[in-house]
Amino acid sequence: MGGSNDKIASDILFEWLLRRGDTVLVLGHRVSEWCGHSPVLEEDIALANVALDLIGQARMWLSLAGEVEGKGRGENELAYLRDAWDFRNVLLAEQPNGDFGKTLMRQFLIDTFQVLQLKELETSADPRIAAIAAKAGKEAAYHLDRSADLVIRLGDGTPESHRRMQDALDQLWSYTGELFTSDEIDQAMSDAGLAPDPASLKSEWQKTVDEVLAEATLTAPDSAFAHLGGLTGRHSEHLGHLLAEMQFLQRAYPGATW
Amino acid sequence: MKKEWPLWEVFIRGQHGLNHRHVGSLHAPDAEMAIKNARDVYTRRKEGVSIWVVPSAQISASDPGAKDSLFEPSMDKIYRHPSFYDIPEDVGKM
Repeated sequence: MGGSNDKIASDILFEWLLRRGDTVLVLGHRVSEWCGHSPVLEEDIALANVALDLIGQARMWLSLAGEVEGKGRGENELAYLRDAWDFRNVLLAEQPNGDFGKTLMRQFLIDTFQVLQLKELETSADPRIAAIAAKAGKEAAYHLDRSADLVIRLGDGTPESHRRMQDALDQLWSYTGELFTSDEIDQAMSDAGLAPDPASLKSEWQKTVDEVLAEATLTAPDSAFAHLGGLTGRHSEHLGHLLAEMQFLQRAYPGATW
Repeated sequence: MKKEWPLWEVFIRGQHGLNHRHVGSLHAPDAEMAIKNARDVYTRRKEGVSIWVVPSAQISASDPGAKDSLFEPSMDKIYRHPSFYDIPEDVGKM
C-alpha cells in the first residue's frame, strides 16, 4: 500500500489507530448502557447522543485501521470479533459507570483529553487522520462543554452531589495517567508528524481540569500513581464483561445482519 | 418542597431568515441547561441553527373559553384575505 502509509510502518499506524478507535468504542458502549436508565428524560437523550457520537468516531478510526492493516478486516470485524487482549483502549474508558456522577466525571476527564488531542490531530501529516479529527473535534468540544458544566453543577451542588463527585474523582484519578504515557508507537507517530506525543498534552489537560475542579469545589488526589496496561492489551476484568454483552450477537450468530 | 425542575418552552430557527418556531417543551434547572437540553432533544436531526428557551410560567395565554368572541368574528370576513389581488409576475414571491 502506498500513499500516506509510507510515512510510517503500517503495523505501527494500525496499533495507534486501534488505541483511538477502541477508546471511543468502549467509552461509547459504556455511555450507551445508560439508555433508558438516566435520572431524567433530557439526560437520557443527551447521553445517548454522546454515546452515538463516540461510536461514530470509533467507526471512522476502526475503518481506517482495517484499511491500514490490509488483511480484509473492517470496522465490524475489529469491533465484534477481537478478544479483550486485542483491545487497545485506555483503562479509564472501560471503568464501570457507577452512579451518574461517576459516569460524568469519567466523561469529563476523557473529553478534556480528546479535545486537546483531536485539535493537534487536525494538522496531522496524514490527511485521513486530519479529516477524522476535524469531524470528531466538533463533537468532542460539545461533550466537554456539557460534562464540564455538569461536573461543576454537581460538585458545587448539594452535600450529597458533592460527596458523590468527590468519590468519583478519587476512584478515577489513578486511571488518568495512562492518557499521557508515551511509548515507541507514540514516538514514531510523533516523529513522522502524524500525531502529538501524548505526554505533550499533559500540562494543558491539567490546566483545564484544575480550573473546572476548582469551580466544582473538588480536590484531585495528591498522587501520581497510574494504572497502566490498557494501551498494550492488559485490561481490567471489566472489559471482558463489557465485550461479552457488546459482541454477543456476532458471536452467537456469526455474520448476522439486519 | 417542589423537586421537579421548571418547564421551558423551546423555539428553534430552522434556517437563516426564518422565524423561531415553537417545537415543544422540556424540564431544566436553568436557562443554560435548558438550551443544552434543547440542543440534544430537539436538534438531533439538523433541525436548527438557533435555539430560544422561555420559562413556560412566563407565557400568558388567551382564555380557551373566550374562543368564540376572540376568533369567531373573523370567520366570515373573507375580504380580509389578500387573495383577490392580481400580483404582477415581476414582483416575484411575496
